[in-house]
Amino acid sequence: MLLIPCPYCGPREEVEFACGGEAHIARPANSDRLSDAQWSDYLFMRKNPKGVHYERWNHARGCRRWFNVARDTVTHRIYAVYKMGEAPPSVTP
Amino acid sequence: MVEAYLRRGPLAHRSLPSRIEADGPRKSAAGLWLAWRPHRAQVNLRGDASDAAFIGAVRQAIGIDLPLKANTTSGGGDVKALWLGPDEWLVVARDGREGDLAAALRQALAGMHAAVTDNSEARTVIAIAGPRARELMAKATPLDPHPRVFGPGACAQTVFAKAAAIIDQIDDAPTFELYVLNSFADYLWAWLERAGEEYAIAVVE
Repeated sequence: MLLIPCPYCGPREEVEFACGGEAHIARPANSDRLSDAQWSDYLFMRKNPKGVHYERWNHARGCRRWFNVARDTVTHRIYAVYKMGEAPPSVTP
Repeated sequence: MVEAYLRRGPLAHRSLPSRIEADGPRKSAAGLWLAWRPHRAQVNLRGDASDAAFIGAVRQAIGIDLPLKANTTSGGGDVKALWLGPDEWLVVARDGREGDLAAALRQALAGMHAAVTDNSEARTVIAIAGPRARELMAKATPLDPHPRVFGPGACAQTVFAKAAAIIDQIDDAPTFELYVLNSFADYLWAWLERAGEEYAIAVVE
């Protein structure tokens, strides 16, 4: 069970949250001119790193706000939590 | 607003009024006091907390300052506001006030980037009190109910026995008011009776 520090509500247990997958994936502006390969790359291909992962979480059973989490996929340690629209902090594991 | 004549709360079939214990030895022997407070005015309010004009207009409309600190409440006389999010509050008052509260807020916030929604029929209120109430809260929610972190004036949205709920601690007794969706109310009452068995339950006013 993760204890996730919601940037609005403070630390809450993982059952209150929903994970939204990898963060900072921008939708291509020229989507009408992309090849199928490029479009599927945007839709489906993810980094899936072993180590620090920047991901989106939603405090679904709490304040219902989205925010970003930098989490280690090996140790589950949460390095940083930051609001939507903010730049990802650099993290050294 | 629903016609009072047609209105039936989600726990009406449980005939709770017939089980109410008055103050007396049976109530004091119980560790947990449960009460159903069926109807309450609940108006959802959204707006920009950093905009002084918005906060001022709300104060003028309903007479209280909105709580800006996360998971707290303000007011508490006739009208009370619960923090639900950085730009969202639940304004509650006694049953019947929903119409005039929503109208006053809409009028005061006209032209602003804000939203007022009467949600009174969405949720019902179950009150949990008594000397063992904190133990039950610890069993039901992932929150820490210890008075050092949760006390009167604190509110939280969380899961209560797996159902979404808004919890508002209204006094030091401690009394917790649970705002639960009507569709969860019967399940939660059944859960409370089962989970509270070990503390001995009294249904109270």
